[in-house]
Amino acid sequence: METEPKTANELALGDTAYKYGFVTDIESELAPKGLDEDTVRFISAKKDEPDWMLEWRLRAYRHWTTMREPTWQKVNYPPIDYQDAYYYAAPKTKERLNSLDEVDPELLATYEKLGIPLREQEMLAGVAVDAVFDSVSVATTYKGKLEAMGVIFSPISEAVREHPELVRKYLGSVVPYSDNFFATLNAAVFSDGTFAYVPKGVRCPMELSTYFRINATQTGQFERTLIIAEEGSYVSYLEGCTAPMRDENQLHAAVVELVALDDAEIKYSTVQNWYPGDADGRGGIYNFVTKRGACRGRNSKILWTQVETGSAITWKYPSCILQGDGSVGEFYSVAITNNRQQADTGTKMIHIGRNTSSRIISKGISAGHADNTYRGLVRIQPKAEGARNYTRCDSLLIGDACGAHTVPYIETRNASAKVEHEATTSKISEDQLFYCLQRGLPEEEAVSLIVNGFCKEVLQTLPMEFAVEAQKLVGISLEGSVG
Amino acid sequence: MRARTTQSWPTDERLIAAERAAAAGPAWLAETRRQGLRIFRDAGVPHAKIEAWKYTGVNGLVGIGFDPHAPAPEVRIPPPPLAGLEDAYRVVFVNGRFAPLLSELDGLAEGVAVVPLTTAAADPPEAVRAHLGRVLDLDGMPFAALNAAFWTEGCLVTLDDGCTLSRPIHLVSIAAGGDAPTMFAPRTLVVFGRGARATIVESHLGTDGAPTFSNAVSEVVAAEGAVVEHYKQVQGCEADFHVGASAVSLGAGASYDGFALTLGGRLVRNETRVTLASPGAECRINGAYAAFGDSHVDNTTLIDHVAAGATSRETFMGVVGDSARGVFQGKTLVRAHAQKTDGHMLHKALLLSSGAEVDAKPELEIYADDVKCSHGATAGKLDETMLFYLLSRGIPRGQARRLLIEAFLAGALDEIRHANVREALRGALMKSIGDATRDLGCD
Repeated sequence: METEPKTANELALGDTAYKYGFVTDIESELAPKGLDEDTVRFISAKKDEPDWMLEWRLRAYRHWTTMREPTWQKVNYPPIDYQDAYYYAAPKTKERLNSLDEVDPELLATYEKLGIPLREQEMLAGVAVDAVFDSVSVATTYKGKLEAMGVIFSPISEAVREHPELVRKYLGSVVPYSDNFFATLNAAVFSDGTFAYVPKGVRCPMELSTYFRINATQTGQFERTLIIAEEGSYVSYLEGCTAPMRDENQLHAAVVELVALDDAEIKYSTVQNWYPGDADGRGGIYNFVTKRGACRGRNSKILWTQVETGSAITWKYPSCILQGDGSVGEFYSVAITNNRQQADTGTKMIHIGRNTSSRIISKGISAGHADNTYRGLVRIQPKAEGARNYTRCDSLLIGDACGAHTVPYIETRNASAKVEHEATTSKISEDQLFYCLQRGLPEEEAVSLIVNGFCKEVLQTLPMEFAVEAQKLVGISLEGSVG
Repeated sequence: MRARTTQSWPTDERLIAAERAAAAGPAWLAETRRQGLRIFRDAGVPHAKIEAWKYTGVNGLVGIGFDPHAPAPEVRIPPPPLAGLEDAYRVVFVNGRFAPLLSELDGLAEGVAVVPLTTAAADPPEAVRAHLGRVLDLDGMPFAALNAAFWTEGCLVTLDDGCTLSRPIHLVSIAAGGDAPTMFAPRTLVVFGRGARATIVESHLGTDGAPTFSNAVSEVVAAEGAVVEHYKQVQGCEADFHVGASAVSLGAGASYDGFALTLGGRLVRNETRVTLASPGAECRINGAYAAFGDSHVDNTTLIDHVAAGATSRETFMGVVGDSARGVFQGKTLVRAHAQKTDGHMLHKALLLSSGAEVDAKPELEIYADDVKCSHGATAGKLDETMLFYLLSRGIPRGQARRLLIEAFLAGALDEIRHANVREALRGALMKSIGDATRDLGCD
């Protein structure tokens, strides 16, 4: 791996573990600070949105003003001042872009530095990327090739204009605008995100990917992703995220909606590496995200994989609503918290249809002064004849000042269902550590190796390119946690 | 709507009366009563938005105008002792009032005292002042707070250092349904001296009649090296409500073996809190339940590992049929510095019919790294292969089902250490399941 020059930020903070902490010096266009109906109108106007979209946003905004921020989650943070943030930040551009050649070279360089070379990716086979920079999508690759197969892969703002019938039909159908405090906020102010539509019978020929980057200061990022897999189709989608190192906390409140129709399959993988804050817990992203997939069709399948290593606070529960008979939901998660990071994450599997099945594999690793909570719900509705769930949550503790918690909710309302749940908590085995050390591995490498082994079941569900990155990340995230 | 119901129960006049009654007693007791009242007033009646009561609604209970002053119907014939426990010392309470004629305390060994709590409170021995109301933290326990404010009678059991009791002490609380709904608040305090050993069995039984609400609190204190066996049987009638809290505090090297068997009642909640505050303490909390009809059975436990090197084991098994509901909320808390903790928790439930529901929340909250903690939970139906095996050997379906249910729950009962109690509770369980499954038309 090439060594990267250290940015001023990295040197100043004296923290070498987070290599994505640089800031791109690019002029931003911001909405006025604060949040009111005018902010919502401003964003909608910026996006050139039809009236129905603005109406929906305003409905969400008005509902949001009546809601209270939830407090049940096991995380602590000072109250967020929602008026002290920018809700829209976009790199200044002259005209609408027609091809990558017109993208600001500064932006392309940013993505290159992040390991997402947008230009080269056009040449290499494999991944189509939608790059979201602060509030807007700056580039989408491979559009032409995908279009030929009928696959729509575009920024959601573009889809609102070009495919209103699809967006109108599905937007908010899985996560309604009134769903929860942060999802409602998102519905009001979401600025961009990814839209993917895979038509009937099409197996999407490449991985679709979105790379989220927060750059501007004092902004929140509110992106919205909507993926629809028509009958018999298949799509694999990846997302990655990074942000500069700053002393302030920035809010990232995204919403992801997935819809799988008959026999369709959606695989959604996340490697979340937002800036986690420094060793004393200063700065970092608040990652408060609502992700939900609806298995609407018969034998449909949704598979979530997440590797959560970043963010000061992670709070998300990628869920599956198993409506269609024979539908399948799977959730694989690795959540690593170090220093003062906090994570409260897990999943919800709602079994509604007959013969639905779900599988949950969660690996939590806690080090330093961090708190890591698995919170999950498995609900078998009365009509879910023959439903089946298997859950396994393992927690690993490194150091005596961290916490690991498991809070499963298991609700069974059908006698023919079979539900199993297992959980364990322990520290790194002394024997394994000794074995590695005795063979000459340095302690940090040994810990990384053991932790990677602990997470293997999850990491191997990731697409190959991501799996390699994730493995490295696991090691990096735990640097400084031993010894 | 709900808010209104909650506020009006118990009525303000009742609370004021309780406050007055509290002031009339000894000063130290008055203070604990006032505190209970204050906590209950602040917390109010629990509802589904309160996490600990998410799965157990009490609107059904609140809706009935329970009267603490309803005269207790007379019970002249002592209840049949649990088969197998005929030799136990017996203390009987009817609707929370001591019934000396039904009790049997002859030949109580030296070093053991069993006295009605009011008698003890009038001239309190040190044990009462030191421990009554001190073991159970009322925070988040609104019903226990209500008990602290309202209890009228209870039982004090003390064992001197080194005292070993071979015969169990059987505390029987009968909820006698009269003409009007009745509520009462039994209170028990058991204090084990150093190295003392004894078996305490609590039976909460119901008789037919108007609904009853038994709001019980038991506190158990075990000094260094004491060996406590504390078993509880709840077998109410269709209209009986029982909300019981047990709090246990263990000294160094003390061991606690608890079991809660629930066989009936409109709503039953057994809430157990064990604090392992000293190294080497060991606790086992187990239980079994069979819920049929409209019954709602809730087992909620908290095992609090404060000291290092303590061990906890927990196994609950339940069978739920008809439109009954089983709830299990278990929490193992390992505080910072409670290193070398070894904890295991298991809940298994069997669903017998389509209207039944089981909700489980086995929880781990861990702040120390050198620990071994795990939990497991399963829910499912009777194993078809096992059923087929029995049918193929000519056993009728109903009997085969009953055999399998019994075998399932027997696994939990095997955890009871005291052989006589184990057999006695097994007998009660088998009879209850036999009755319930016969009603189901299993034969």
